[in-house]
Amino acid sequence: MRQANGRDAVLWRDAAAIGAATGVIGLSFGAIAVASGLPAWVPASMSVLVFAGGSQFLAVALMTGSPIAAVAGGVLINARHLPFGLAVGPAIGRSKPARFAGAHLVIDESTAFALAERHPERRARAFWAVGLTIFVTWNVGTLIGIALGGAVSDPAVYGLDAAFPAGLLALLLPSLRDRATRAAAIAGSLLAVATTPLLPAGLPVLAALLGVGAALLLPTPSARAAGAPADAVRVVGPEPAAHQDGAAALDTQAPRGSR
Amino acid sequence: MTMLLVVLALAVGTYATRIAGVLLHDRLVLPERLRHLLPIAATTLLAALVATAVFTEAGRLSVGVARPLGVLVGAVLAWRKAPFVVVVVAAAVSAALLRLAGLP
Repeated sequence: MRQANGRDAVLWRDAAAIGAATGVIGLSFGAIAVASGLPAWVPASMSVLVFAGGSQFLAVALMTGSPIAAVAGGVLINARHLPFGLAVGPAIGRSKPARFAGAHLVIDESTAFALAERHPERRARAFWAVGLTIFVTWNVGTLIGIALGGAVSDPAVYGLDAAFPAGLLALLLPSLRDRATRAAAIAGSLLAVATTPLLPAGLPVLAALLGVGAALLLPTPSARAAGAPADAVRVVGPEPAAHQDGAAALDTQAPRGSR
Repeated sequence: MTMLLVVLALAVGTYATRIAGVLLHDRLVLPERLRHLLPIAATTLLAALVATAVFTEAGRLSVGVARPLGVLVGAVLAWRKAPFVVVVVAAAVSAALLRLAGLP
């Protein structure tokens, strides 16, 4: 009991940390929106109804010039929420109200926190705690930013642009111990960065899904769970030699079989 | 009027992708081999978000070093099992200090 309470306290503390950082980004969103001449209700309603940072910044930038691109680009950036929902769906709950409300809280951070938990109940707690915390801080931050207007400076000055990737990466590390996941993540990340100068916003991250193909080249978890060392599976398995080379090349970061 | 339509269309489009994923999870009958790829796909997307947030800016490769180094500090701490709060704060403070020192 005490231990469960302690883990809850840690969860809420971590949620507060990522929530505070998100609040400051929300603040800069509200400030940038009104500084660019938009009425206050635009960023305020967006933060409640859209609740997806990257697409909101894009939409505000394109709002007056090309409204159709604002919508199309924003939806494209948010397309990743579909696979997120597929992955964390069971963590949201069984009842209809829970699912329809919870779907709105499917964001990068709630997905990452949920995936970092193994136990289904802990996974659900993490999803809701982080989703609700960020919904509050993002909206409060937006309203403060609207009120402050042009008085706000660039969040990069405070290093917040480093805080976000670092926090997400910390949440991903446990999943990355799995060789197949690590191969997919590395291949996908390289693809996304390489295609960023070539593709419109949103597409490079989706292109990373092609990296999941790298996971297919590796033995399945069931094969490993059966107790066979990965090497044995590769040697005796019917995998073509080319696959072995690819798998070996990607497996350079951790001792074999560490999970 | 246009602005209202943009906000509403973006809101509906975004919610549609979210609810589609959540509801499809049960409808979709996938073989085990594919089902175990779902968390891998989500992790891959999140990793790609991290990578693009670190190494790109406004649709270009970024030349700054303060942010990658700040994230590196956070990553090492996370790898050494430091608490999440410490990781996030250390990454931000490192990047801010490096910028204060004049690094891009």
